[in-house]
Amino acid sequence: MRKTRTLNLGTGTFVLLGFAALFFLTTQTTSRGLSFGSKPHYDLTAKFDNVGDLKVGAPVSMSGVEMGRVTKIGFDSKEYKAVVTMRMDERYNQIPTDSDASIYTQGLLGGKFIGLTAGGADTYLKDKDQIDFTQSAFVLENLIGQVLANFAKNPSQSDSAKSAPDTPAAAAPKATEKKQ
Amino acid sequence: MIEELWESTIESLVGLGSVVRFLLRLVAELPRGLMRIDLVAQQIYNAGALSLVIIMLSGLFVGMVLGLQGFELLQRFGSEEALGTAAAIGLVKELGPVVTALLFAGRAGTALASELGLMRATDQLSAMEMMAVDPIRRVVVPRFLGGVIAMPLLAAIFSVIGIYGAQLIGVQIMRVDAGSFWSQMRASVGLSDINEGIVKSCIFGVACSLIAVYEGYYATPTAEGVGRATTRTVVTSAVVILFFDYLITAAFL
Repeated sequence: MRKTRTLNLGTGTFVLLGFAALFFLTTQTTSRGLSFGSKPHYDLTAKFDNVGDLKVGAPVSMSGVEMGRVTKIGFDSKEYKAVVTMRMDERYNQIPTDSDASIYTQGLLGGKFIGLTAGGADTYLKDKDQIDFTQSAFVLENLIGQVLANFAKNPSQSDSAKSAPDTPAAAAPKATEKKQ
Repeated sequence: MIEELWESTIESLVGLGSVVRFLLRLVAELPRGLMRIDLVAQQIYNAGALSLVIIMLSGLFVGMVLGLQGFELLQRFGSEEALGTAAAIGLVKELGPVVTALLFAGRAGTALASELGLMRATDQLSAMEMMAVDPIRRVVVPRFLGGVIAMPLLAAIFSVIGIYGAQLIGVQIMRVDAGSFWSQMRASVGLSDINEGIVKSCIFGVACSLIAVYEGYYATPTAEGVGRATTRTVVTSAVVILFFDYLITAAFL
């Protein structure tokens, strides 16, 4: 009798663990995620022209210190802008109202995150407030397009010609060719 | 020389045929085997619960190595945040099922083969037949089923422990941002990746258990024969696992 009990206990524990692991894999490692528990927090929103590949769960930081997470990315169909909701840690509740939010990239190929820069106002952002000053994600294709267009306009006076003398010389004729 | 080669080819074909026939016999007996659910439960305990410790320990270390190596590699490209994705995909699709199956063959497969081989050597199987008890139904099917059920569960546990191992190294020691680690993983791991892992481990479960019970059941009834059956179980299982791994991976691409 005793032996069957330990046997059942072992089998039960094993099967339970196995199914818990399967459950974990399907819910916690994929996008069909569920989240549990939360610390004291407040929510902020910000509207961006372009969020690039910013993802839900990306960190929100100021001076490199993480202060919150992106919890929702929506779309404002009146202004045609992306609305990013951020959940900020209650400890950091003294962010001036005229702070600005920009989207940066972690490393060369890393994901996007939101960097806040403090403004000078005396009043602080509260729950459900909106950050008005935003800067969109840096989209590599747009930037390359701008640079090429710049070269096409004035190949000799380009700013980057000073810092990198070799590349513009090579790139400029191509750009002008395209223009023609 | 050519004669010998021909002979050995024929021999291996005969072996393959008898394995397949044995599998068909097991499948035919499955419904009756499921009636004795208590016997199956006992074998799930033997094959699964008793393998838990080795699976969890190996999972932890494999995950930690993945965390370390993945971090080292990704750091060169300045994208350490992709560590979570790399570890999760690697574990769920490849390392979890394969390493679990290899460990399973070593831990549970050998136990099954030597147990059945010893039953054969000590005439227990013949005695059952004398008593009109079908040894396949009473002894082999529950062991086979136990292994088949235990394998996907073990692989899932391995993967989860491995992901936490990678998280331990990547986030706690190498200071990758925890949010990026999990959010990038969630964004890029799909249900299809997990399905692939589950399909793999189910197929490995069938293959490993089948090889173990087949080798044990048809072992030469001597001490040496049991030893050889055990060795063959591990060797054949390892080769078959890696071969099927390639096939399934190619099929899922």
